[in-house]
Amino acid sequence: MASGHGWFGSGCFCSLGGVGCHRKRKDGGDGEDDISFLLQKAENVGKEWKKMERKKIKTCVAIAGADYCVIAADTRMSTGYSILTRDYSKICKLADKSFMASSGFQADVKALQKVLSSRHLIYQHQHNKQMSCPAMAQLLSNTLYYKRFFPYYAFNVLGGLDSEGKGCVFTYDAVGSYERVGYSAQGSGATLITPFLDNQLKSPSPLLLPAKDAVTPLSEAEAVDLVKTCFSSATERDIYTGDSVEIIILNGKGVRHETEQLRRD
Amino acid sequence: MLTKKGLKSPGYLKTGTTIVGLIFENGVILGADTRATEGPIVADKNCEKIHYMAPNIYCCGAGTAADTEAVTDNISSQLKLHRYHTGRESRVVTALTLLKSHLFRYQGHVSAALVLGGVDVTGPHLHTIYPHGSTDTLPFATMGSGSLAAMAIFESEYREGLTRDEGVNLVTKAICSGIFNDLGSGSNVDVCVIEKGKKEYLRNHLTPNPRTYISSKGYTFSKKTEVLLTKITPLKELVDVVQVGGDAMEE
Repeated sequence: MASGHGWFGSGCFCSLGGVGCHRKRKDGGDGEDDISFLLQKAENVGKEWKKMERKKIKTCVAIAGADYCVIAADTRMSTGYSILTRDYSKICKLADKSFMASSGFQADVKALQKVLSSRHLIYQHQHNKQMSCPAMAQLLSNTLYYKRFFPYYAFNVLGGLDSEGKGCVFTYDAVGSYERVGYSAQGSGATLITPFLDNQLKSPSPLLLPAKDAVTPLSEAEAVDLVKTCFSSATERDIYTGDSVEIIILNGKGVRHETEQLRRD
Repeated sequence: MLTKKGLKSPGYLKTGTTIVGLIFENGVILGADTRATEGPIVADKNCEKIHYMAPNIYCCGAGTAADTEAVTDNISSQLKLHRYHTGRESRVVTALTLLKSHLFRYQGHVSAALVLGGVDVTGPHLHTIYPHGSTDTLPFATMGSGSLAAMAIFESEYREGLTRDEGVNLVTKAICSGIFNDLGSGSNVDVCVIEKGKKEYLRNHLTPNPRTYISSKGYTFSKKTEVLLTKITPLKELVDVVQVGGDAMEE
């Protein structure tokens, strides 16, 4: 346990003090230390995933409708049995019409958001327009797969409106596999919420021919109501979900923001 | 040694809990939250963690639910037999000795962390018992994953000679601190007040966590598997049934 945590520290130190290290070697160091450090590093990469579970941010849901999209996440951030903050936003605006909700390791999520927003800025300079949601979905997938063998510990849901104004939801694993779906839940509460959404919004198989729309038949108000129920129910049974839920609703008129209190225990 | 060769030691299966106890002017007050967990999932939202030991002794349990329940039931039964044998009220130290010797015998494998409190002929007593069998005698005590949160309240506000109401309020505040700041603890507050010759078990003394949102129209759940076929074909039409004599089996 301690070695994994220590590695975080030493990794940091190395990148900061890299120049100094090289000079010492020129002075007559045999470099063996560096090799053993690398070996230790390689050993620890596997352990790192377990370590990363330590600072978790949890539970997010997204639902796509015919002309709207609802993205929601609770606002609790925790480590083990402790709450770090009751008011942390896990939803990130990546473009005008695409929002990403993430659960997993907070530092990795932040790094991922930073990469995506800088890539989006470059895109804007090159094309003089906002990236569409399906394009952002592909970019997110590529960004995740780029770190295939030391992945971002981040489980994302991307929601937004496509170029026709239809609601779209993309769901991911940590290494970039993704799929366009009608609704999705990620994080510690996903195991509780997904079966409920399956029951309420049974979506057509993606293998059906001719292809059917994955969007849900619900009205926008009904979808928001469903999301609130999902979170208040997940909070009852998942210790990592709670405090409050942040809901973002996208439609033709623009973006709306709502929050709802949850249990704080 | 073996751990280095890849053998994993079995991790502690500890369920999160906040349990506390304190001594006030004429007795003992015990308190507990009501959440039982299995990993990240809440297994029971309103369980009882203050166990009966004797009419004048109660015991809060943290750790593996089965262990705390079994160990308190077992010792409670031994205490009753002891009362029949001696014809006297049980003493808190008797319960303490029985519990600690049981736990020590099992070398910490019976994972029960207890707060034992009661009033006997020698006055009010409060003890904590650790899973390996060590014990403390204290004026105020906390146990479980929420013990630090609860102890923060006790350390800042406990004093000698609290009245009954002050004591109940302080215990409630300490448990609430555990409920809100420790993810392993939650739901409601149970309190048990034991005084000379009387006791009061205040089940769900405080319920600070009601459900936050209920949909106004409710939800419908489909009742059955989808019906694919309603035509009934009796098997007799598909095969020839040959009647064998009723006593064919008799031979």
